[in-house]
Amino acid sequence: MTDAAMTKPTTTEELPTAQPEAKKNEKYYLRFTLPQRYLHAVLFTSFLGLAATGLPMRFSENVPARFFARAVGGFGAILFMHKFCAIVLTLAFLYHVKDIVTRAVMNKEKGLFWGPTSMVANWKDVKDLVGHLRWFVGLGPKPQFDRYAYWEKFDYWAVFWGMIVIGFSGYAMWFAPFFARFLPGWALNAVLVIHGEEALLAILFIFSIHFVNTHLRPDSFPMDMVIFTGKETEEEFRRKRSLEFARLARQGKLEARVSDPPVYWWVNFARVVGFTAILIGLVLLVLTLIAYFGTV
Amino acid sequence: MLVSGRFVAGAVKQDNGLSASRPGSRGRMLLAGLVALLLLSLPRVMLAKDADCLSCHSDKTMQDASGKNVGVDAPLFHSSVHGSLGCSDCHSDVHDYPHPEHPAAVQCVTCHADESKAIAGSIHAKASTHPCTSCHGNAHEIFPKGDPRSAVYPLNIPKTCGTCHGNRALAQKYGLENVYSVYMDSIHGYAVSKEGLLVAANCMSCHGSHNILSHKDPRSPTNKANIAATCGSCHGGVKAQYMSGVHGKQMASGNMKAPVCTDCHTAHAILEPTLASFRMQSTPICGSCHKEQMATYRDTFHSQLGLLGGYVQTARCWDCHGAHEVLPASDPRSPVAKANLIKTCGKCHADANASFVEYQPHANPRNRSLNPELYYIRLFMNLLLWSVLGFFALHTLLWFIRSKREQEKNGSTGEAKHD
Repeated sequence: MTDAAMTKPTTTEELPTAQPEAKKNEKYYLRFTLPQRYLHAVLFTSFLGLAATGLPMRFSENVPARFFARAVGGFGAILFMHKFCAIVLTLAFLYHVKDIVTRAVMNKEKGLFWGPTSMVANWKDVKDLVGHLRWFVGLGPKPQFDRYAYWEKFDYWAVFWGMIVIGFSGYAMWFAPFFARFLPGWALNAVLVIHGEEALLAILFIFSIHFVNTHLRPDSFPMDMVIFTGKETEEEFRRKRSLEFARLARQGKLEARVSDPPVYWWVNFARVVGFTAILIGLVLLVLTLIAYFGTV
Repeated sequence: MLVSGRFVAGAVKQDNGLSASRPGSRGRMLLAGLVALLLLSLPRVMLAKDADCLSCHSDKTMQDASGKNVGVDAPLFHSSVHGSLGCSDCHSDVHDYPHPEHPAAVQCVTCHADESKAIAGSIHAKASTHPCTSCHGNAHEIFPKGDPRSAVYPLNIPKTCGTCHGNRALAQKYGLENVYSVYMDSIHGYAVSKEGLLVAANCMSCHGSHNILSHKDPRSPTNKANIAATCGSCHGGVKAQYMSGVHGKQMASGNMKAPVCTDCHTAHAILEPTLASFRMQSTPICGSCHKEQMATYRDTFHSQLGLLGGYVQTARCWDCHGAHEVLPASDPRSPVAKANLIKTCGKCHADANASFVEYQPHANPRNRSLNPELYYIRLFMNLLLWSVLGFFALHTLLWFIRSKREQEKNGSTGEAKHD
């Protein structure tokens, strides 16, 4: 339905992954606000820290794990870093919850819990998932997405649920005698199992599925810069989120989202940070798989 | 000559002492007189001869034709245990001068029959070195074992044994790790070499002296069955604890798999139990028998902390179970008996409470009958993990392939929209 408005990229100069200066004449739209981008940055740095220090604990008999732990100052250093990152991530989580509550209760923001811009899954997400799977195998057309696609919502809720589960079980171990006042004894054993398994799921998911879905798939390769710059080109916007583009155009809200192109140094800085994070994640992924299948 | 003179004086003095000590009946007097006559006449013959010998051999640098040192430090010899003997008492084929070019080897066995017999039955029977002098040193300079000059004085023993056993080539030839150097660095070696502690264990304390046997010989004090008694000859208190614990009882009942002192502490290297290296090396030793407990211990924080380095204070087996007097949890004296857990866990976890100590340090989430809650929690977590990952792995792989094909179809662009 929005195809008519689409300009199919025909020449290589219009590649979505081209250098910023090549796209100076393009129109940019804001997708993520500065606080949202900061939240992602705090999230992924603390997550990398937690993964890098948590994995050696989980696989304490693994040789690279021991080597790494000893290199950074032994268990004391590992545990300190793990707890430090945990506090940072907890604060980020609490900030996010506070933000949602403020927007919902104080600002009475509409569409936060339901509708095309909400993170809450709806019937369209189910249809999109099925449609997307059908398209993968050539059984149907590619579904069109609104502001948040179903896999992005899954990422969000997986992290949300993960933070509650891993966070709670982590604090239960940290302050075990205190938690033991109202938890049964076996729960102290259970929290370690839960913490470790859920963290393993988070690590494997983020470093493989999230990386590929969001950054490494051919459509975004090698990295989707929008989470760092907050901005994307009109071409990208229309291609990836055609429904949102059409909806905003219909509602006359498109112009309000137009923004300046991202500055050159910021894009480069974000690339360095982003690629470093992806590299660390992939190294951890490989080491985790080796350690996991080496000890099971 | 002056030396001989002194010796003569000494002999006379000894003589006088003897005769003076035998007063009494006429018969005794007569006997004493005869003995005195004998003693006065015999040594004179010898003395004359010894003086003759020493007129040459007192040159300490004297060598025979083959370059062997044949000098005697006369003053040292005269103060040694053999100082009252004449030369020909041992060198029995030398009576006159000139004496044979190569006098016969001295037979220590003539006097020291018991020791010779013991050596002949010992592990040293086939040693290529001299059975006596290789440990006791120069035959002319042997002192009682309580004399600091003696090669077998307690503080000198490690060095004496180390002459051979500190030799790397020899140690390797007989499959001994370098026992001498690790002993010297051990708490026993330190006590001997640095503190000069006469009661500290030296080689002889555990291995014996003339009758040293392989540890495989059931008669050897270092045989596994005898270790507790051997170590217990000094460490009596620990031995009593050990014997009342499960390991000691198993050992006493003939179970040779039960650990003895050396299984945990090792024989020669014996580290201080508070050392990080000891705390780390001993846990797998317990685990070599207690495999299941070791595996479940490995799953816990207690183990993980230590393995990652720099944090060995976390609970090792004996911190909870006790070291020497290991008792089953069913025994009320055991530190892991239910009633004692708050105290035991409280050694590290100051605020341990009744619920806290219900934590199972050896829980096994893979064992349904032992830990059903953990088993199902782990099962659920694993199902969640592999179903989420499995689904999305397939999803993402298919997506990737489709996008790639789409990209090729549309030149080098990403996913073009479908109608």
